[in-house]
Amino acid sequence: MDSIIGTKVGMTRIFDERGRDLPVTVITAGPCIVCQVKTGETDGYRAVQLAFGERKESKTSRPLMGHFKKAGINPARVLREFRTDAEHQVGDVITVDIFQVGDRVKVVGTTKGKGFTGVMKRHGFHGGRASHGKKDQLRAGGSVGASSDPSRVFPGLKMAGHSGAARFTARNLKVVKILPDSNQILVLGAVPGPPNGTVYVTRQV
Amino acid sequence: MNDVLQAAVKEYVRTDLPQFRAGDRVAVDVKVVEGTRSRVQTFEGDVIALSGSGINRTFTVRKISGGIGVERIFPLHSPNIEAIRVVRLGRVRRAKLYYLRKLRGKAARIKERR
Repeated sequence: MDSIIGTKVGMTRIFDERGRDLPVTVITAGPCIVCQVKTGETDGYRAVQLAFGERKESKTSRPLMGHFKKAGINPARVLREFRTDAEHQVGDVITVDIFQVGDRVKVVGTTKGKGFTGVMKRHGFHGGRASHGKKDQLRAGGSVGASSDPSRVFPGLKMAGHSGAARFTARNLKVVKILPDSNQILVLGAVPGPPNGTVYVTRQV
Repeated sequence: MNDVLQAAVKEYVRTDLPQFRAGDRVAVDVKVVEGTRSRVQTFEGDVIALSGSGINRTFTVRKISGGIGVERIFPLHSPNIEAIRVVRLGRVRRAKLYYLRKLRGKAARIKERR
């Protein structure tokens, strides 16, 4: 199994053996319990469904409760399937032991929501000029197209709107430290989402 | 800084360094690596600011070198710091002594704290 579910704790720094200062993100990952194993015969593809976190039984819907009962595990906050060819049984526990220091991982999460933003923040536009007679258009996007021909705005034109709160994958992050006692891993660099956000960590080949 | 985050990096936090405040004069022994050799260089000056908390704490040391003001910011918990010696205690009335940058000579002195 190459994947695990976790929550982002936040960023901090550590020092390596050469005294260099490393920016790291702390992720509390696992333990995850295998809730369902999908095979070629029954489902048409191979995957493992992992359960992570705690959820009150009173907050769990009946169909979902039945799914947990079938696996014989407590209701979990996050259920997620990972495609894998690894052999697993329902009830197997996945911990941070699946990683080693130096592994490259990708971390999938939901970015912080930014609300309705302008084109400069959302698409990296440069905005307008502050001088040379320009007024009231410092952060404006400029023209959205020509005039009576075509008489419309082309689809896909970059404009202001909602941004953030979208799925994002940070690839090629290096695992710099593993703390098995507190189920934590430290990866080099930033990871999408706010502290306490759910992230999926997968080892890259 | 959140507790879980702090606990995750507690092994990197140094407890062997002396306490000092803004206004104190310190001598910092810094490990310098040149190719394969490493040696220790001392940077002595007045602490003009301490900032951050936990493992992120840093301090700024200012000295006048050859008539030119030089400031270095050190991460307090860096393993590159071999030792810190408090040379002189200073009596100051602010936490950040950025006003010293505009002063020179006699005006830039700090009163001693006893």
